[in-house]
Amino acid sequence: MTSPKKIRIALAGNPNAGKTTIFNALTGARQHIANYPGVTVEKKVGHVRHRGYDIEVVDLPGTYSLTAYSLEEIVARDFLVNEKPDMVVDIVDASNLDRNLYLTIQFRELGAPLLIALNMVDVAQARGIDIDAEGLSSLLQAPVVRTVARSEKGIQELLDRIVETAEQSPAWSPSLISYGNDLNSCLDEIEKKIEDTSVHSNTYSPRWLALKCLEGDQQIMEIIRRDSAAHAEIREICHRIAKHTMDTLEVEPEGIIADHRYGHIAGMTRRVVKRRTETRLNFSDQLDKVLTDRLIGPLLMAAILYGIYEFTFWASEAPVEFFSQVFELLKTGISAVLPEGPLHSLIVSGVIDGVGGVLGFVPLIMFMFFAISVMEDSGYLARVAYMLDRLLRWFGLHGNSVIALLISGGISGGCAVPGVLATRTLRDPKERLATLLVVPFMNCGAKLPVFGLLIAAFFTRNEAQMLFIFTILAWIFALFAAKILRSTVLRGPKTPFVMELPPYRAPTLKGLLIHTWERTWQYIKKAGTVILAISILLWAMMTYPGLPDDRVEYFDGLGQEIRAGFLSRPVVRPLVPDRQALEELDTLAAPFFTTESVKVEKYLEEHEGSPVFEALRRIALEGSDPVVDGGAFQKAYTQYREKALSVETQRRKETVLSTAAGRIGRALEFVTAPLGFDYRINIALVGGFAAKEVIVSTLGTAYSLGDPMEADPGSLQKRLKRDPAWTPLRAFSLILFVMLYVPCFVTVLCIRRESSWKWAAFSIAFNLVTAYAVTLFVYQTGLALGIGV
Amino acid sequence: MKKIIKMREMLDNQSGIIRKVKGSGEMGRRIREMGLVPGAPVRIQGRAPLFDPVAVKIMDCTLTLRNNEADHILVEVDET
Repeated sequence: MTSPKKIRIALAGNPNAGKTTIFNALTGARQHIANYPGVTVEKKVGHVRHRGYDIEVVDLPGTYSLTAYSLEEIVARDFLVNEKPDMVVDIVDASNLDRNLYLTIQFRELGAPLLIALNMVDVAQARGIDIDAEGLSSLLQAPVVRTVARSEKGIQELLDRIVETAEQSPAWSPSLISYGNDLNSCLDEIEKKIEDTSVHSNTYSPRWLALKCLEGDQQIMEIIRRDSAAHAEIREICHRIAKHTMDTLEVEPEGIIADHRYGHIAGMTRRVVKRRTETRLNFSDQLDKVLTDRLIGPLLMAAILYGIYEFTFWASEAPVEFFSQVFELLKTGISAVLPEGPLHSLIVSGVIDGVGGVLGFVPLIMFMFFAISVMEDSGYLARVAYMLDRLLRWFGLHGNSVIALLISGGISGGCAVPGVLATRTLRDPKERLATLLVVPFMNCGAKLPVFGLLIAAFFTRNEAQMLFIFTILAWIFALFAAKILRSTVLRGPKTPFVMELPPYRAPTLKGLLIHTWERTWQYIKKAGTVILAISILLWAMMTYPGLPDDRVEYFDGLGQEIRAGFLSRPVVRPLVPDRQALEELDTLAAPFFTTESVKVEKYLEEHEGSPVFEALRRIALEGSDPVVDGGAFQKAYTQYREKALSVETQRRKETVLSTAAGRIGRALEFVTAPLGFDYRINIALVGGFAAKEVIVSTLGTAYSLGDPMEADPGSLQKRLKRDPAWTPLRAFSLILFVMLYVPCFVTVLCIRRESSWKWAAFSIAFNLVTAYAVTLFVYQTGLALGIGV
Repeated sequence: MKKIIKMREMLDNQSGIIRKVKGSGEMGRRIREMGLVPGAPVRIQGRAPLFDPVAVKIMDCTLTLRNNEADHILVEVDET
């Protein structure tokens, strides 16, 4: 199948054995990431040229074993047996030889041609561990190359040996170790049965299948089930031996197999490993004495996590600002080229706002991934999980879940998008999903303006405390929601926490950059595909069908009438003779009449010399004008302006109500009335699905604030405060609802990307139901008890 | 004098030799594949802030496991 000049190798090894570093050292930047078919496990493939060969390197997931218990192990195993690469390059951590050889033994059992990269020999030597590589090579019947991947030592030799090994085109040959008399005879028996069945093929060796049967491997049992007679007989043999070992040794065959593998390894290492000194406490252990100390550890952890949070948002502030400037510029550019109209609106409000909104997150995500990569590569992340596990386990989460929760807004003002992506550090699918689903409850930066508006309007006396209360509430809701999920739809045994605390290592910059970039690029690429469609859909909902023609005519007529009335006034006519002059007056009047010290220079370039501008300048700066009576003119203009605005306001209100979103808002009133929400709040909430930032501005539009150019945030606040329908209870309910209801659509897309459409839809439904139930309870209780009404 | 106790009952910094691993299924497999097998020397490295999980030194690496998992591991220690 492979042409003579091609070599295909699979890179395998324990997590933390330096597999990724070797992969990067081998392939450099020439790599790409995909998923293994049908699963979310990443498949990294890279290429390297060496001695005229094109070597394709497939990075298998890091595993400790080759059973069928975890997705990663199944993926690695399936790849090896189905694709039969030319060889497995097994990365073995020399400083932790016994445990790493456990996987190596299983590759031998499987029969894959092996090449051992004995990595981190420098660390091993520093710890007084000397390994006889030649001896190990002859025991394992596989070439062994010493490497120090971090400093790229031995990489060339590794490539040489890959080519040499491939040139001998080694065959797949399972090597057998002894598992004790009882099991050995059972294996013989099962092996014979398998050889006689139709299941027997070239894909698996019968001995290996027999071994997997004894290990109780579900995936292999399914394959054997195809021959039901043999399946029944084999099961019978397995049950018999299991009963025997349980009776005599209180251990299942699976355990005995593991013990024999380790026994075999101990036999090998006794012959090839020399320990110079009894290992004293190494640097990593000493560091752990402080960093995982029962008292100092958690304090330092809080400081470090807070530091990461601050770093992410601080470092991304400038680039985020830069991006939004770029998109503003783009919008201005398009406005200059395209006339006002549906196409303009589609491109500016639909495409640029939508796609720009997503790309705007890129710097944030990049720095978050960078910070997480540092924690991961240095080994600290495992310590965080270790220290927090007891607490989060009670809620059915994992120690690592805290990072996702924190980034999503654990301290007010995070973002759920990088938070969702941060759940990748969780390995158990159910714990991961539970974290994924509760992450949107946290108070992200886009919810804060809503909270700010309502708190400032209704809880003036203790603003800071209120914000703190809402932060605590978000944590409570997220954690208890996780608890509920984990005891209902995501019920499952707690995954074992047997986990390695890898030695602390200084991360390499190359590794960090590659990690950060590949994750960021995935976000841009994958999230970017669906976003365009959804932004256009949301834009259309907020725009169409729009005002019916007769209403448009009505408002146009009304506007014309008011303008004509103003223009016909004697005090106005000398200065503002026509419609064009009035338009100029409208742009200039607001700053001149409302601001005390106008920076005239700002308008000099465009308007200098125009009669309207000069007159306004005189009225504003000198208080009088030779052409018109300043006082009377200003009064007339203010009256006209108020009338025009009230028409404009009415028009906006009707326009909003005429759109699909507006109609939905009205239609939803019967559902949201028990929460104390009217159609205007509903519209804002519908818009908030696009992005929570939109809630305040949509509320502003729905509350008919008129000219958005003039609307300062304070005026909506005052407007709400004056409105008798708005009570502190209603404000509190709305804050709760906004905190808990649907994640914004970018987050939904990320949830889909990290799980499936099914779970993304579940996330929307789950959040809505939670938000509704909580808000309903709070509002109705408040009403009944007369609190905050 | 030697005695055999559960790993959960070991004190910080106490050393011993694993004599029996009882767990089955995924938990038993995870415990074993990480090197917690009969005959292996272990030392308790420390415990998390809420006294669970526990960190142990085994072979050349540090592992963490929860107390209910440590219950399945019997360790031979010196009687003190």
